[in-house]
Amino acid sequence: MNSTTLTVRHSSPGSRLTDLFWKKPGLLIFCLLLPPLLWLGIIYIGSLFTLLLHSFFSIDEFSGLIRYEFTLKTYAELLSPANFDVILRTILMACAVTLAAALIAFPIAYYAARYANQKMKALFYLGVMLPLWSSYLVKIYAWKLILAKQGIVNWVVEGTGATFLLNSVLSLPVIGGNSLAVSYIGTFIVLLYVWLPFMILPVQASLERIPESLLEASGDLGAAPKQTFRLVILPLALPGVIAGSIFTFSLTMGDFIVPQIIGSSRRFIGQAVYAHQGTAGNIPLAAAFAVVPIVVMIIYLYFAKKRGAFDAL
Amino acid sequence: MKFKSVILTAMTFVVFSTGSIAAEMKTEIGPGEGALDIVAWPGYIERGETMAEFDWVTKFEEATGCMVRVKTANTSDEMVALMNEGGFDLVTASGDASLRLIAGKRVQPVNIDLVPSWATVDDRLKNAPWHTVDGVHYGTPYMWGPNVLMYNTNVFPEPPTSWNVVFEEMTLPDGKSNKGRVQAYDGPIHVADAALYLMYHQPELGIENPYELNEDQYAVALDVLRGQRKIVGRYWHNAFIQIDDFKNEGVVASGSWPFQVNLLKADGQPVASTIPQEGATGWSDTTMMHIDSAHPNCAYMWMEHTLASNLQSDLSVWFGAVPPVISACTDERGMQTAEGCATNGLGDFDKIKFWTTPVSRCPSQGECVPYYRWVSDYIGVIGGR
Repeated sequence: MNSTTLTVRHSSPGSRLTDLFWKKPGLLIFCLLLPPLLWLGIIYIGSLFTLLLHSFFSIDEFSGLIRYEFTLKTYAELLSPANFDVILRTILMACAVTLAAALIAFPIAYYAARYANQKMKALFYLGVMLPLWSSYLVKIYAWKLILAKQGIVNWVVEGTGATFLLNSVLSLPVIGGNSLAVSYIGTFIVLLYVWLPFMILPVQASLERIPESLLEASGDLGAAPKQTFRLVILPLALPGVIAGSIFTFSLTMGDFIVPQIIGSSRRFIGQAVYAHQGTAGNIPLAAAFAVVPIVVMIIYLYFAKKRGAFDAL
Repeated sequence: MKFKSVILTAMTFVVFSTGSIAAEMKTEIGPGEGALDIVAWPGYIERGETMAEFDWVTKFEEATGCMVRVKTANTSDEMVALMNEGGFDLVTASGDASLRLIAGKRVQPVNIDLVPSWATVDDRLKNAPWHTVDGVHYGTPYMWGPNVLMYNTNVFPEPPTSWNVVFEEMTLPDGKSNKGRVQAYDGPIHVADAALYLMYHQPELGIENPYELNEDQYAVALDVLRGQRKIVGRYWHNAFIQIDDFKNEGVVASGSWPFQVNLLKADGQPVASTIPQEGATGWSDTTMMHIDSAHPNCAYMWMEHTLASNLQSDLSVWFGAVPPVISACTDERGMQTAEGCATNGLGDFDKIKFWTTPVSRCPSQGECVPYYRWVSDYIGVIGGR
């Protein structure tokens, strides 16, 4: 009787498999994890690795063909003045956008987390998320029209007689230009607009997580509102700001569409990669350029992790 | 080194496995396969969906049963990438992509005996170096046009006679400087425009072909472009953004395509175009056939159709281009007229230096600066270096 049940159970492959998994739980986990790991390993890490590999090759000066031999020559090329400009320009822009986003996002998030009632909060979420629902390109083209020489900003400026103010801003060296839409200022404004929601949301989340009692305790112990803000709120909200800055920084650094449509045509890293991998066929240099944001982000994330940014995500 | 050998083996395999197909050029056209996949510039293959009167696909589909599927590409780079991916039969490649496709063995030789209307093609284009290599034809001419100088007629009562309005700082006829009011093409191929300008103004440099520059000539051309950077606010990359810049950004002169000129004129904007004394660069596109084309019979039928039908005439109206079959300008197979062809640049053929990819081994002087250097240096020039 007993032996027959056993034979029946073992004859069905499904139940034998169940038995196996029961005996070796590690095997089940392995089987479940295998597909996503393969995906990560082959598609994601694999392509990154190919990229890294190509950046150690070089292009033959005469034929323009890729030489498949290990060399650091391509990385040395990154340091040439023109290429280094591209890197520096991109990183500076990413820093500027991140700083400005933090400054603008903080008061908005603070209001939403501390003062807004239920209705206002719904409105806040709608207001922050709404731009994310419309197409990225539509927003950028709209901004191009807003900032154009014959656009609405200029029209308002002329109407209020502040032309000299705008002109003096636009005549600034480097960041100025012929109009807002063809200057770094324009690129900055649009990048800031596009990536701001990614800063507001984590900051708001981290501010909401600060217990009310801590602020009350701080007040009870005689701290002025300024002190409470500096010594209690800011340190507790900082991980949120850093988490947001990871988004704004990396997204700005990788953007190659905004600077192509708005700005002075000076290249950013993304555009340089695009140009070099095309008809130029200079895959090694494109790969080396693409490695730059990865390295910058690894350094950035290391310091962000140290400040506890990942706890605020 | 191991990696290298793997790559080499893989490449050899690809070359040999596809090479066998390339060797057999088709000698007769069989029945259509029912479908045709084409990579084309936007606006190049119209089936009456944008505007009902511009349709050169429907009749072809009815006559051959080959259903045309179009994948548009915005740059030559995209075209090359799509052809490398495969899965397409034909591509409308410009001169800066066609030689690369041939060298990369992504396209196959075309037997012109199977395209009866080949005889009607402009003799000057039959053996053009951007589609014919060592006497072997790799496609049929599709359309060509000049890169014209577009200008604002309110600012220029008379057409500008020289490209210097976009290369050097100067006072325009309306009394204001051209600084910030001119544009240039945001592609490295624009170096050729500077070289063409130098061919006229500094003949002592000895430039014979603006796509074949030695180090010295190249350095002077880059200097011209550095001067241009000072007066250009933004370089144009996309036809529709340039149109917007002429309308909203106060741009009054720029190298451009007849396509933008026609659209702006249709919009009532005060623009016109000219080919100045130095001549102009231009594009000439070729219908090329993928090495692994799945529908070769339909592809040959389409090539014949492109040359024989209303396509030549109507497309040249639609795109502001010149048909390689000149008779299409006058035989009323479509809407194009002799005047229209003249406006689009038919008479300027000899003034035009057609786009081609600069390579290091060049016929005119042996050793030239290759295209990848144009790319990296043009990035530097735009960045102010």
